[in-house]
Amino acid sequence: MFSAKTVQAEDALQSAALPFVAPVPRVPIWTTGVVAGLTWLGFAAITQYLPDIDDFERTTLLAQIALVLAAALALLVAVAPLQNNGGAIGRGLAKVRHAGPWLILLAVALSAWELVTAKFLVLPRPFFASPQAMLEVFTDDYPRLGDSVWHSVLLLSGGYLIGAAVGFSFGVAIGWSRVVGYWAHPVLRLIGPLPATAWLPLAFFAFPSSHSASTFLVALATGFPVTVLTWSGVASVNKAYYDVARTMGASQRFLVLKVAIPAALPSVFVGLFMGLGSSFSVLVVAEMMGVKSGLGWYLQWAQGWAAYANMYSALLVMALMCTGLITLLFRVRDRVLSWQKGLVQW
Amino acid sequence: MVAAAAVAPVAAGAALDVIDVGHAFDLDGKKLHVLNRISFRAEPGELVALLGPSGCGKSSLLRLVAGLEPPSVGSVLVDDAPITGPHPSRVVMFQDPTLYPWRTVRANVSLGLEARGLLRTLGGRVDQALQLVGLTQFASAYPHQLSGGMAQRVSLARALVNDPRLLLLDEPLGKLDSMTRITMQGELVSLWQRSGFTALLVTHDVEEALFMANRVIVLSDRPAAIKADVSVDLPYPRHRGDARLAELRREVLGLLGLDANW
Repeated sequence: MFSAKTVQAEDALQSAALPFVAPVPRVPIWTTGVVAGLTWLGFAAITQYLPDIDDFERTTLLAQIALVLAAALALLVAVAPLQNNGGAIGRGLAKVRHAGPWLILLAVALSAWELVTAKFLVLPRPFFASPQAMLEVFTDDYPRLGDSVWHSVLLLSGGYLIGAAVGFSFGVAIGWSRVVGYWAHPVLRLIGPLPATAWLPLAFFAFPSSHSASTFLVALATGFPVTVLTWSGVASVNKAYYDVARTMGASQRFLVLKVAIPAALPSVFVGLFMGLGSSFSVLVVAEMMGVKSGLGWYLQWAQGWAAYANMYSALLVMALMCTGLITLLFRVRDRVLSWQKGLVQW
Repeated sequence: MVAAAAVAPVAAGAALDVIDVGHAFDLDGKKLHVLNRISFRAEPGELVALLGPSGCGKSSLLRLVAGLEPPSVGSVLVDDAPITGPHPSRVVMFQDPTLYPWRTVRANVSLGLEARGLLRTLGGRVDQALQLVGLTQFASAYPHQLSGGMAQRVSLARALVNDPRLLLLDEPLGKLDSMTRITMQGELVSLWQRSGFTALLVTHDVEEALFMANRVIVLSDRPAAIKADVSVDLPYPRHRGDARLAELRREVLGLLGLDANW
C-alpha cells in the first residue's frame, strides 16, 4: 500500500511539474498480428507454389482459405486502434488479440504438416493425411459427416436428458428420504461403479432396437454420477437452512423444492459435468458396436475403408461437438448459479 | 429507522411459560443433560434475556421454545397452549445470519411469506421490513456481497416480515464487530419497543443483556439452572454509562462467579 501511494504521489508531482504535456493516446502497432498475418501468407504460398507430390484435389482452396485469413489479419492490424473504443467491437478485437500467438503457432504447424505430407511425403500415406485431404473430406463428404453429427447429437441428447432427469430425481429422493436411502444405497453401490459399456451385450439383446439400447446405455452412464452428486449435495445442505424455513412455517414440499434442491445445485452441476463426460465415451462405443449411424459409426466406417483423412476429420468434428456441449453445460451453470462467486471459467 | 411506523404492530406480544423444563441430548450413547428444571414466565411485550456461560444450554432452551425440538421433561406454553412444533408467530434470529446464498436479499426476506403462500397478498411487508433495517438499496444484492452486520440485518428483516408475537434472539449479535453490535443493540431495542412483541434474548454478554432487557435470567453452567432473575429497573433509552447499570453488572458478574476478574 505504501509503495503504491508513493508512486501515485510521484506521478502527481510529475504531472504537476509538466502541466503542458498532455498524454497523446497512441496505439502501438499490433506486432503479433503482423507476424500472424505473414505466417498465414507464408502458409498460403507454400501450399500454392510448392508442387504437390501427388494429385490433391483441394490444394488451391486450402491456399485461398489461408490467404483470406491473412487478409483478415491485415484488416485487424489496420483497425487495431478501435480496440480502445470499448463496446462490442473493442471486446471482439481484444479477444482476437489475445489469440494472436495461437494464430501464429497454428499457421506454422499447418505449414510444417503441409510440408511433411503433401509436399515431401515424409510421413507415409495413407496413415497420415495432408491438410488438403482433410479439407476435401469436409467439402465432399459433408452430407454423410453432417448426418453422423446429427444422429450422434440426437442419440446423446436423448440418453443424456433421460439419465440426468432420472439421476436427479433419484438423487433427491435418496438424499431426502431415509427409507429410499436405505433401499437404494446398496443397489447404487453395487450397480453404479459398473461401466455402462459392460451392459452393452445385454442391452443390444434386451432392447427392441439398437437406438433404444444405446439411449439406455447413455442414460445409465449419465445417471450414476448425477445420482451420487445430487444425493451428496442434498445430504450436505446446512441443517440451519431447514431450521430457518421450518420456524417460518415451511411445508416439507417447500423444504425440498426451495431449500434442499437450490442448495444442492452446485453439486448437481458437478454430476451433470461428469455424466456428460462418461456419456461421450458410451456414445462412441455404442455407435461403433451396434448403431448404424453417428460419428462413432463414421470412424469405424472410415477405418474400414482405410480412409484416414475421413477419420481425422470425424475426430476433429467429434472434439468440436464434445467441447461445444460442455461449453453449453457451463453456460447453463453460470446462468443458474450466478449467485455463486468464484466459478471456474470453461 | 424513521420508517418504523409503517409496520403496524398487528399482534401484541405473546405470553411464554417455561415450566419445569429439562432437556438432554444423546451423545455417543451417553446422556448429556443441558437443562435442569427451568421455570420462568415472560409477560406479553417483555424483553427477557437468558444470560449464561457459553455452552450452558441457553440455545437449546431457545430451540425448545421455537418448537424445533420437544423438551425431554416439562412443558413450554405460549399463551397457555403447549408448543407442538415450529410456528411463524415464533421466529428465531440465529447467531449466523443463515441467509440462503442463492436468493437475493429481497427473496431471503420474502422467505416466510413465500413458505406460507402469502407473498402475493402481503408482499408489501417485504419492502417495509427492508426499509426498517435500512437495506432497501441492497434488495437485489446477493448475501455474499453483504458485510456481517448487513447480513444480520437481513436476517432480522426476514424474521420481522412474519410479524412475530415472540421473537427468539439466539446470540444474534455474537459474531458482529463491537461497533456494529452497539448500533444494533440500540436498533433492536427501539424496534422491540415499537412493535410490541415479546422477545427472548440469549446472550453471554452481560452488558448486552443489561442494556437491552427488562429482566435478566442468569443461568448456571451446564446443565443450566436458573441462578437469579434480575429485574433491570431502568427506563429506555438507556445509557451505557448509567451508574445503576454498573451496579447491576457487578451484581450479575458476581452471580456468574466473575466478580474477581472485574
